[in-house]
Amino acid sequence: MALYSETVMDHFRNPRNVGVIENADGVGEVGNAVCGDIMKIYLKIDGGVISDVKFETFGCGSAIASSSMATEMIKGKPVEEAMALTNRAVAEALEGLPPHKLHCSVLAEEAIKKALEDYYQRRGQS
Amino acid sequence: MQIYLDNAATTRISPAALRAMLPCLEEHYGNPSSLYAFGQDARERLERARAQIAARLHCEAKEVYFTSGGSEADNQALRSAARIGAAKGKRHIVSTAFEHHAVLHTLDRLREEGFEVTLLDVHGDGLVRPAEVAAAIRPDTCLVSVMYANNEIGTIQPVAEIGRICREKGVLFHTDAVQAAGHLPIDVQEQNIDLLSLSAHKFHGPRGAGVLYARTGVRLTPLIEGGAQERGRRAGTENLPAIVGMAAALEEACRDGDARRVRVAALRDRLIRGLARIPHAVLNGDPVQRLPGNVNFCFEGIEGESLLLLLDDEGICASSGSACTSGSLDPSHVLLAIGRPHEIAHGSLRLTLSEQTTEEEIDYTIDAVTRAVARLRSMSPVWRDLQSGARPFVIQ
Repeated sequence: MALYSETVMDHFRNPRNVGVIENADGVGEVGNAVCGDIMKIYLKIDGGVISDVKFETFGCGSAIASSSMATEMIKGKPVEEAMALTNRAVAEALEGLPPHKLHCSVLAEEAIKKALEDYYQRRGQS
Repeated sequence: MQIYLDNAATTRISPAALRAMLPCLEEHYGNPSSLYAFGQDARERLERARAQIAARLHCEAKEVYFTSGGSEADNQALRSAARIGAAKGKRHIVSTAFEHHAVLHTLDRLREEGFEVTLLDVHGDGLVRPAEVAAAIRPDTCLVSVMYANNEIGTIQPVAEIGRICREKGVLFHTDAVQAAGHLPIDVQEQNIDLLSLSAHKFHGPRGAGVLYARTGVRLTPLIEGGAQERGRRAGTENLPAIVGMAAALEEACRDGDARRVRVAALRDRLIRGLARIPHAVLNGDPVQRLPGNVNFCFEGIEGESLLLLLDDEGICASSGSACTSGSLDPSHVLLAIGRPHEIAHGSLRLTLSEQTTEEEIDYTIDAVTRAVARLRSMSPVWRDLQSGARPFVIQ
């Protein structure tokens, strides 16, 4: 019995959407290095739809897999739908996380919300 | 291919140990406490193992008590010394900040029971200073407990000097030699050791067997009550197969000890040189006063658990002091004790070699670690900030 599900390992070994978006419409960073987890999400939004998303993560295997899965789940979706993404949905899509790793999916949800808030704020100001 | 570089966690049983154990399971299964000849045959095997181990430690056979392993031996050593101290009104214990949890958690319990504990600094190099041990000893000190070699960073402590200081001051000296036994010479007489813990499975013996050496006159407090085994100090039918295996493993590990140490240390240094070529990497612990098989690095900008998973994919078994691998929120207390900041301690990797490790395995591992670190850095926002200058490097 492995520590993580096959889906977690697949997203860890082959993470989707790794990288940065220059001139992103929204950027969100959560966590801190002292705790051992940082996630940064970059969003490109066209007409209220997330046309592109990238992430960078410093953290354990489940943190990297959670970021990868979360970005897949919101790519191409309207911002309202992305805003409604829950950590439970991320963990379920990963076929479960060990109990002490559930906070990784929470970080993924928070990083996306923070990036969306950044987007709303920038739009409000322009 | 599997490359096992986690020999500080546990080791593969040696063929000699296994050969010694099997007859005790198959034929000589008598209970050493039984009166009939079949039981007494088992008793003889038990006492032969005790004498063998005593010879290796340079003590008397009756000073060797068999336990279930290192943790039990540590617990019993500390509890016994504390009880001896308390009877004389001495309730102060000196130890170090980077002991194994079997020692630290027992000290926490003793603190709750009214003992005062001084934990010595282990400095940036992971070495206790004998002068600081001497300075910490007070009139009410009953015990000094300093590990022989650290389980994470492999630093070898000046136990002989500490033993001499304790003997001069009339304070009991315990050393947790779990990582040292079978790997470094031990002489409890010469080193003035009163109590010593060791564990069989760290030197190619079986799990479930350990030793607590207690110098004559140091009365042990039983942790397990019951029968009169181990001279009334540790109840429970003796784990004869494991004990016999432990004695055989220790014999083998001590044979040609110097030659083995030189050979393993050469591979260790090759691995250290290879990993030191990775930018912003640092060796943890003194490079010289170090177990022959221990390598421990921190790599800035990455987290250790993900590094272990990538290495696992390459067939390499390793360990890390990151919080994610410890099941707690904090990274290794050992790395924090030598002054590594949290964010650096999360990016640690421990590789521990054995006599079976080959040069090819070392070279393969250097390559695999180099690639894995680069890969994780390429997706790390911390690494990006370090590169852009937004965050200063801790490891130059």
